[in-house]
Amino acid sequence: MLVSIYRYNPEKDDAPYMQDYEIELPAGKDLMVLDVLNLLKAQDPSISYRRSCREGVCGSDGMNMSGKNGLACITPVSEAVKKGKLVLRPLPGLPVVRDLVVDMGQFYKQYEKIRPYLLNDTPAPAIERLQSPEEREKLDGLYECILCACCSTACPSFWWNPDKFVGPSGLLQAYRFLADSRDTATQERLSDLDDPFSVFRCHGIMNCVNVCPKGLNPTKAIGNIRTMLLQRAT
Amino acid sequence: MVTQITSFGRSGLYDWMMQRVSAVVLSLYTVFIIGYLLLNPDLTYDQWSALFEATWMRIFSLMVLLSIGMHSWIGLWSISTDYIKATGARFFFQSLCGLVMFIYIVWGVQVLWGL
Ligand code: SF4
Ligand code: SF4
Ligand code: FES
Repeated sequence: MLVSIYRYNPEKDDAPYMQDYEIELPAGKDLMVLDVLNLLKAQDPSISYRRSCREGVCGSDGMNMSGKNGLACITPVSEAVKKGKLVLRPLPGLPVVRDLVVDMGQFYKQYEKIRPYLLNDTPAPAIERLQSPEEREKLDGLYECILCACCSTACPSFWWNPDKFVGPSGLLQAYRFLADSRDTATQERLSDLDDPFSVFRCHGIMNCVNVCPKGLNPTKAIGNIRTMLLQRAT
Repeated sequence: MVTQITSFGRSGLYDWMMQRVSAVVLSLYTVFIIGYLLLNPDLTYDQWSALFEATWMRIFSLMVLLSIGMHSWIGLWSISTDYIKATGARFFFQSLCGLVMFIYIVWGVQVLWGL
């Protein structure tokens, strides 16, 4: 199989280029894209990429595989190959550090902006802040995000305004705390989001939903934030 | 929180709502005009000008004019902030859009009231 990999080492290369590798895949087995990368790294140790858990929980190996963002460790080669060729590129829209490794700074900055932690000024109870099963249920489909950045780097609105638009991942987390019955800063959080960029730069393109390896739905969360803003204002 | 003083209502929610409201006004008007033309296949000049003499029609049309201005300002503003990264060029583009919309509205009012 032919694997084409985006290569860039800023210390050596003037410009990024695509390097082709030919690889013999073991018969009768559908490897994951990460396995292929590991095999290639044995061949050419200079190929750089991030990975850790190799089972879709750490979120470090987000990359663009034949045009679609995803986690290399849980994407079968059969799914990622297009026309007999596997093309691997770094996540789009973020600065490349080297090969498939991107600088996630901008992405984390947006995450930090939404204050991803419980805010509650009331005195803490002796044991814990209780939640009813119904209240807890509201967090399903939100808390599972592993911050892999596949969604935000697939979002055109995030490409054009990564410094101003929070992006699908950050907004999913913003809603996770807006929806949490134990958080008391709802109004403050909403005020922080009510500008023309943070939330409203989302045009409902739904690229985020299309790529999320965890099957989450940021567009729906964004819709919910919008509804909360609307309810508050009317 | 991003503060942006050249956006229409300076609040994301307000712009978003205005975009929807003006879209509804624009589509109602379109449906009305198309319906009117279909129901009156042999329309005369007198009939047409009588329609635009009516105060409610003038109000409706003025609303449409303002909606066009608002809708296109919000739309073009967000396109310019997406694609025009040089501040000078963006400012120029936004001023140009503002000017064109102003001209259209004043001109439209003149046409409607036959000034
Ligand atoms: S739905 Fe919104 S957040 Fe998701 S990709 Fe589209 S613009 Fe981005
Ligand atoms: S929402 Fe999905 S794609 Fe986006 S960062 Fe979270 S897990 Fe990754
Ligand atoms: S290596 Fe951890 S998500 Fe892929």
